[in-house]
Amino acid sequence: MTAESTVIKAPGEAPAERSGGAGQAKEREKRRADGMVLNVFSHGFLALWAIMIVLPLIWLVLGSFKTDAQIGGSALSWPSNWHFDAFSRAWDKGIGGYFAHTVIVLVFSVPLTMLFGSMAAYVLARYPFRGNRPVYYFFVSGAMFPVFLALVPLFFMVKRFDMLNTYQGLILVYIAYSLPFTVFFMHSFFRTLPTAVYEAAVIDGASDTRIFFQVMLPMAKPGLISVGIFNVLGQWNQYILPAVLMQPQTSEDPERYMLTQGLIQLQQQMGYETDLPVLFAGATIAIIPMLAVYLSFQRQIQAGLTSATLK
Amino acid sequence: MSHVAQGRGKGGFIAGFLIAPLALYLTFVIWPYVQTFGYSFTNWTGQSPTFDFVGVDNYAALMKDEVFRGALWHNLLLLVFVPVITILLALFFAFMVNAGGRGGAGGVQGVSGSRWYKVIYFFPQVLSLAILAVLFGAIYRSDEGGLLNGFLVKLGVVDPQHPVEWLNEPNFVLWCLLFVVVWHGVGFYLVLFSAAMQTVPKDIYEAALLDGAGRAQTFFRVTLPLLWDSVQTSAVYLGIAAMDMFVLVSTMTSGQFGGGPDHHSEVMATVLMRNFLYFGKSGYACAMGVVMLTLTMILSVVTLRATRRERIEF
Repeated sequence: MTAESTVIKAPGEAPAERSGGAGQAKEREKRRADGMVLNVFSHGFLALWAIMIVLPLIWLVLGSFKTDAQIGGSALSWPSNWHFDAFSRAWDKGIGGYFAHTVIVLVFSVPLTMLFGSMAAYVLARYPFRGNRPVYYFFVSGAMFPVFLALVPLFFMVKRFDMLNTYQGLILVYIAYSLPFTVFFMHSFFRTLPTAVYEAAVIDGASDTRIFFQVMLPMAKPGLISVGIFNVLGQWNQYILPAVLMQPQTSEDPERYMLTQGLIQLQQQMGYETDLPVLFAGATIAIIPMLAVYLSFQRQIQAGLTSATLK
Repeated sequence: MSHVAQGRGKGGFIAGFLIAPLALYLTFVIWPYVQTFGYSFTNWTGQSPTFDFVGVDNYAALMKDEVFRGALWHNLLLLVFVPVITILLALFFAFMVNAGGRGGAGGVQGVSGSRWYKVIYFFPQVLSLAILAVLFGAIYRSDEGGLLNGFLVKLGVVDPQHPVEWLNEPNFVLWCLLFVVVWHGVGFYLVLFSAAMQTVPKDIYEAALLDGAGRAQTFFRVTLPLLWDSVQTSAVYLGIAAMDMFVLVSTMTSGQFGGGPDHHSEVMATVLMRNFLYFGKSGYACAMGVVMLTLTMILSVVTLRATRRERIEF
């Protein structure tokens, strides 16, 4: 049986045919034809959906090279204006600033999310103490509720700290709302690290804090990368939190819109000003960093997300 | 482990590591959720510091609110269709990608280029909802400039003088939004189901093939039962997403915080935000929040119960 099954496991049909008689060969022939039909069938549907994803995005990018009249006239026209002026106009309309605001917030919020999330997850995963389980479930349960259920009180909470329309306010809120997933993910990661390493470090006289920063965190690097990418994507794409918290409060208050918020703003503005290439260019500018991050890390993203949700 | 290590020093270390994350989490996540319950029993406007306790008045008003009831109905429609369509498509594509390849000796393998399909399908997942709103706003334009109308006019299905008013058509608007959610989500669940399918030992498929099972049979008798856990989890996630829908509705449809035309795309989240930020009825908005939270919890429990099956170990 073992010899037989290794033959079957080998890719390609040749070895299997050798093992079978004439009747079996015919059967395989039939299967093979069947497979071909299904191949065409499945490729057809798969390709169709792939086109449905790629085509609109390409169409959007091409739109930045059209004129406004062309965009309004016919969707299938080929762009006539191969200049980057729509992009520079979009940049001047504020996309550049929105981009910078988002980067400023993320430079602080993502590392701090990772630090606080890992600290809590580490303690909860490896130190038995009274109340450990309740605290863990307390953290993780936050992922269940849609954010905007808490929006009304959250707005007034941030207002009370005098942090509406400030970077530090949004940074703290981003960290808080990213903690459930980060703690959940890193918790399962820290549990898999071997105890022997910890014990060796204890014997060497390292303190718990030192063990965490110099031994455990470096060992958890693959997990940190996965969660890190996830947090970058999540916080970069966040819309509701900045829409509520980052509105100028007085007329002298500077605009500190995030990129997603600014894009929606641009959408409304360009509807009035009838300069749609600017909107398309703005959306393209917003897509490009995401495309770059995605293509460079797509393996980690897919592996990270699936391992987090399948556990 | 020595007693010293488990003594006071350890307690201090644990507290030290937990205090900052817990403080942030309590202040900005848990406390606002709890406050939502409290405010829902008041007539707070959000502007004035004072407010009165009004008991269940807000909830009683909610029951009579036609707009909210319509929104609730739309959420329930989405709640059924979003998970069902997304999961079916994702399962179909996942099976094609992982087992749609030519049957033969080995029997089960993915179609060629399956890796690329996964890369492309997943991409919408990393786009922000704001980008989706801009993109699909342009696709659903109600003139020939919209991608959809452009194609339909080209194909001669639609009269160029009267293109389809996708997002302004009361009967279409909800389904247009539904499509955006499906377009966005299928890739993620495809990858999720693929990962689950790959954990299924190959010899189970081989045994099924040797027993003469066809592709459909393999799928329904082998693959699906083994994936049931992931399907169940997905249904809960998608259900929660269908309860939300705020960003898409508020940015793509007409009206203050969306919901148009004439409340035909209204969802509970948009009604909530309008009452909070536009009408200044914070207490009333909080009552809606509580209703939504309750429904979300019920939904999760019901989905998990209704789809419960015997767990298959492999």
